[in-house]
Amino acid sequence: MASMQGKPPAFNSAVVRWIDKRLPIFTFMHHEYGVFPTPRNFNYWWSFGGIAMVMLITMIVTGIVLAMNYTPHVDYAFDSVERIRRDVPQGWLIQYMHMNGASFFFIAVFIHLFRGMYYGSYKNPRELLWMLGVVILLLMMATAFMGYVLPWGQMSFWGATVITNLFSAIPVFGEDIVTFLWGGFSVDNPTLNRFFSLHYLLPFVIVGVVVLHIAAMHVAGSNNPTGIDPRGPQDTLPFSPYYVTKDGYAVVVFLIFYAIFVFFAPDFFGEPDNYTKANPLQTPAHIVPEWYFLPFYAVLRSIPDKLGGVIAMFGAIGILFLLPWLDTSRVRSGRFRPMFKWFFWVFVIDCLVLGWVGGNPADAEISILGMHIPLLWIGRLATFWYYFHFLILLPLLGKIERPLPLPASIADSVLKPAAAR
Amino acid sequence: MRKLLATGVLALPLLAAPAAVFPALAEAGHGPKLLDTRFSFEGPFGTIDRAAAQRGFQIYKEVCAACHAMSLMSYRNLMDLGLSEAAVKGIAAEVQVEDVNDVGEKIERPGKPSDRFKKPFPNDAAAAAANGGAAPPDLSLIIKARPNGARYVFSLLQGYVDFDSLTDQQKAEFGLAKDYKLEEGKHFNIYFQPGEQGYKIGMAKPLSDGQVNYVDGSKNDLPSMARDVVTFLAWASEPHMEARKRTGVRVVLFLLIFAGMMYAVKRKIWADAH
Ligand code: HEC
Ligand code: HEM
Repeated sequence: MASMQGKPPAFNSAVVRWIDKRLPIFTFMHHEYGVFPTPRNFNYWWSFGGIAMVMLITMIVTGIVLAMNYTPHVDYAFDSVERIRRDVPQGWLIQYMHMNGASFFFIAVFIHLFRGMYYGSYKNPRELLWMLGVVILLLMMATAFMGYVLPWGQMSFWGATVITNLFSAIPVFGEDIVTFLWGGFSVDNPTLNRFFSLHYLLPFVIVGVVVLHIAAMHVAGSNNPTGIDPRGPQDTLPFSPYYVTKDGYAVVVFLIFYAIFVFFAPDFFGEPDNYTKANPLQTPAHIVPEWYFLPFYAVLRSIPDKLGGVIAMFGAIGILFLLPWLDTSRVRSGRFRPMFKWFFWVFVIDCLVLGWVGGNPADAEISILGMHIPLLWIGRLATFWYYFHFLILLPLLGKIERPLPLPASIADSVLKPAAAR
Repeated sequence: MRKLLATGVLALPLLAAPAAVFPALAEAGHGPKLLDTRFSFEGPFGTIDRAAAQRGFQIYKEVCAACHAMSLMSYRNLMDLGLSEAAVKGIAAEVQVEDVNDVGEKIERPGKPSDRFKKPFPNDAAAAAANGGAAPPDLSLIIKARPNGARYVFSLLQGYVDFDSLTDQQKAEFGLAKDYKLEEGKHFNIYFQPGEQGYKIGMAKPLSDGQVNYVDGSKNDLPSMARDVVTFLAWASEPHMEARKRTGVRVVLFLLIFAGMMYAVKRKIWADAH
């Protein structure tokens, strides 16, 4: 790593010196987190990486405690979660922290991701860093999907049935793949058991990819709101204490929002139907996935063909891998891209519209000025725009847009911020 | 600070997105609006009205328990509602539960506080068979298992209408299909699964004015009884609700102070960097 070449710091403790000579973890920590040169101009959007990290740790700690009390069996899973809530000391707290933690983990990661999109953090030399992030997102989705099956409520069961059934659209092997996923001929006890096993495993895989993600970041260095590279010491600050305190403050503010939901609206993100034990003989009126899947669910349903829908849904995430090459502009930050800036916000709204469509029944309509507009058509339009943004707009914008003049340096932009907004 | 506020304002729509989604879902079927009322346990500081919940338990025991199980509840839990240990022992002893004795024979014995509430039917099939095909759901979680659960059950209990007395115009207002027919054993409830072929519930009107006599002489008209039984069911669906809110107040206060301190430290550290 670039910063490893510096001289080791002089440690006071003899024990620390002894260890550090044999395994330089203290030097490593000092270089990578202590004096690590960090652009001086981060705004609070840059805190969401650290916030996501805090949520990941929260999920793992609460998850391990839940697993001590949870029973992965179709006859007992639902009641064991209720037993955690009712009879395990502070179990209700752990369970609500885990249940709402998933939502807040996704909120943090989505903000982190849109931050990267706006400031062009995926561009050279950070392509791999970005792609590792997309891998983390996929792993999180798999983890959360399987976690949601564990309490074995109606939505757990039917969500799992609908989503696993999607794989049957794969030509030739589809049915076999679904049988393999289920471990039988329907979502049943073997499915629950393997989902529990994988739900325990994947978060640790996420930790591994997060380590790579951060390692890659320490090679390229952080991007910053101007998108221009630091030119010298006047452009950076040591990570500690400057960003330790700034990120620390942001984490606590984020935790306030998280706590408000855990303690005062723990079921806000949930579905009432999941408080009814899974019943394979009774399909709920509306099967809806968790909110963080809704935009992708809307993409799935907007394509009339099953296989096409599945491809479009996975493609909606897959396309993020290509983003570094789809965006042809050499300017990183949206601040200096007068056209991109607007299309970025249109894209954000597009994602929210997709989420809204995905949360409504497939045949829902809205009436605007007396006209009945099927949500299906809104979903199709939004799906079209999603792909249009990546495949047509971004390549094109880089060619036709005239970026604003970039500041000479980061220090310059901090001293004359008015010019940069 | 300005940036932080902006961050908060921008993050709000993200938080509000699911909120905007779910009401739309609930309104998908066009039933009448639920009855408007306030419960003691609503809001961030709301608590369970103990007296109402105890009366609600009496209603459950004397009426609903004939059909509905509450399999997540034990008699001992009632002590959290303020019933004395002796009272709980007495209530438990009123039922006979199946057990196995020391030599392995099946026996029936009087209930103990540690026993779960006795189920009215041995299994779902028996429950459905005894109720015209519709099994009465377990009520332990019913308030959480329905959108706007407390208000829904409160309304449902008061939502029975004599179908034969409905005029054609009223039927049209409910959006009933031309060939709508209320089958034998079904009852018309204006809050139950609205739709062209909806409103058909397998439960006969379970509560009527004055049906249960309270020992404490409280009002026992239908709305009062509905409120009492809903209060009991709300407590049962989340017995730690009060502890949750109390802890929440402390945690949020702590985090607010902690955030203030972090902000001060951050300002101090950054003072020489600006
Ligand atoms: C005679 C038996 C019987 C009694 C007594 C009874 N119920 Fe029911 N209840 C049923 C049946 C059967 C259903 C299922 C109805 C259906 O699904 O069509 C039901 C359903 C319900 C539902 C669920 C409605 C829904 O949205 O699915 C609630 C809530 C309910 N009952 C509350 C009560 C309460 C509170 C009492 C006591 C005051 C009570 N019931 C007494 C038989 C009964
Ligand atoms: C990436 C981090 C994680 C995410 C996003 C996640 C997500 C979820 C979700 C959404 C649920 C369903 C909660 C509900 O609706 O009731 C759940 C349940 C569960 N999770 Fe996790 N989880 C994570 C990490 C872990 C870990 C590390 C463990 C164990 C070591 C774990 C153990 C459990 C258990 C036992 C349940 C079932 C009990 C319950 O439903 O509360 N989780 N998880």
